Amino acid sequence: MAWEYILDGIKQAVHLIVTADPDIIEITLRSIRVSGIATLMAALWSFPIGIMLGMHSFTGKNILKGFFNSLLGIPTVVLGLILYLMLVPFGPLGFLKLIYTEMGISFGQSLLITPIMISFIASSIEAVEGEIRELARTLGAGEIEASIAVMSESISGVLLAVIASFNRAIAELGIAIMIGGNIFVKGSALNTRVLTTAMQMYTARGEIDMAIALGIILLSIVFAVSTISNLIQSRLA
Amino acid sequence: MNDKALSQKAWLLIAVILVAGIVGVAWYSQTTKQAEERVLTISTTTSLYDTGLLEDAIAPAFKDATGIELHFIPKGTGAAIQDAMNGAADAIIVHARSKEIEFMENGYGVNRKIIAYNFFVIVGPENDPAGIKGLSPVEALKKIVEEGRKGNAIWVSRDDGSGTNTKEIALWEKAGYNYSEIKKESWFRNTGTGMGKTLNYCNNVRAYTLSDMGTYLKYRMDGLIDLAVLVDKGEELINIYAIIVVNPEKFNKDFDGAMELVKWLTSREGQKTIGEYGVERYGRQLFYPAVEVLEKKSGNIYHWIVKYGFIENNVWSECPAKYRYKADIKFFEAKMS
Repeated sequence: MAWEYILDGIKQAVHLIVTADPDIIEITLRSIRVSGIATLMAALWSFPIGIMLGMHSFTGKNILKGFFNSLLGIPTVVLGLILYLMLVPFGPLGFLKLIYTEMGISFGQSLLITPIMISFIASSIEAVEGEIRELARTLGAGEIEASIAVMSESISGVLLAVIASFNRAIAELGIAIMIGGNIFVKGSALNTRVLTTAMQMYTARGEIDMAIALGIILLSIVFAVSTISNLIQSRLA
Repeated sequence: MNDKALSQKAWLLIAVILVAGIVGVAWYSQTTKQAEERVLTISTTTSLYDTGLLEDAIAPAFKDATGIELHFIPKGTGAAIQDAMNGAADAIIVHARSKEIEFMENGYGVNRKIIAYNFFVIVGPENDPAGIKGLSPVEALKKIVEEGRKGNAIWVSRDDGSGTNTKEIALWEKAGYNYSEIKKESWFRNTGTGMGKTLNYCNNVRAYTLSDMGTYLKYRMDGLIDLAVLVDKGEELINIYAIIVVNPEKFNKDFDGAMELVKWLTSREGQKTIGEYGVERYGRQLFYPAVEVLEKKSGNIYHWIVKYGFIENNVWSECPAKYRYKADIKFFEAKMS
């Protein structure tokens, strides 16, 4: 029984994937979209902050860095709860109408990964900053040119920051379930079911084959994204 | 140096275009579709949701009939009500009269209609270590306490403020125990979660619990659990589901849409959808339509629904007059001796 049960689940899961079950495809695409948008949004504000933290020194810099570092491991359910309280129509940010929407999940995930992006970007720039700037200067570069040189040397670290952020976003459950609500109506454009919320639901309902199929897909996405980033990084190096 | 810089830029460009392209297309298709749909958000109980009735039967049929899409947010009855009080829902479908009254008293809910019923059951291991099979609910609970204290039985409570949990607490009180006291005892366990997960847990530890019939049957027939129904008799086990519309004076929600749902659910078509759900797959009904019973005004079930589902306000009603709001529908009332 023990292994049969699992193997059976895997067999059916593979069947579901190979036959391209439309529900699974929809959930997968939504997951990529939601977390992709979250990553883009986070990049929007994390890049300038991260670059500023990495390149310049100013008073309070260490406090700011410490702040982002301490937020690196914030539990997703805590953030989910805070966001739920903020985003319900009755809450202070209720007017944004983000609760139980894809955009709401994206927004929540973008906050979740902001500290990751900022910390990774800042430290990858810091790692090359002194040396490269010096080198560029001795070669006759101006301030701006030197900064560009620093940026392009730390590009692979920045890429890693983006990849790690995307992978964290697509794999989290707390925000997706509390802000998204795991809504699914066949053929609807307003659903919010993503890979993680679907997995927990199918597990709860005992539909193990679906849960396994979604698990395999989620892992594949995370691995694929990491592999592509490795490839790009090795080209960049 | 130049070559390297060039290939760097090329790779970066490819990466950026890839990501932007994927996200852009997805974003566009999303926003263009969004504008066309009218959506109602309904907060509801996990016991109703876990059976699939709402998503698989009601939502598609209602969309066919009206073009309005239904989004269900499954939580315990308590959390579902809280969700509506936070303005997140257009209506709620729940099963805990005391909490429903509170919701309406506080001005959040109007136009309550009873839509369906079934029965709670006490389920447990086939070999029934506490020997409760066939007893009345109250006797069964007393027996479980007795055997539990001896270490022969485990009771699992959802303890999540749900309708099933509310019913459980009422049964404990009826049996002469204080729920908040008894739940501290070592044979008494709390899951704090939905019906499906609680049944799974009970199955693993061979424990007793109170379940709604719908979820139990689905889990049993799907082969997820092998617990048996040990107590299913007794009028106090009746489980009554009602829909309550969010008061439009409290929140600017889609009142008209929610009223359309109320009308559809209590219509012949809606009642048929409820009654037929699960018959093909499980060989028996998971839920029974309530409107027909109320119209007939006779029989045991009718009296039980009035006793456990109606609200007293001189006369018993499924929705006393003060909680009605701009409703062109009929509300059932009854005189009870």
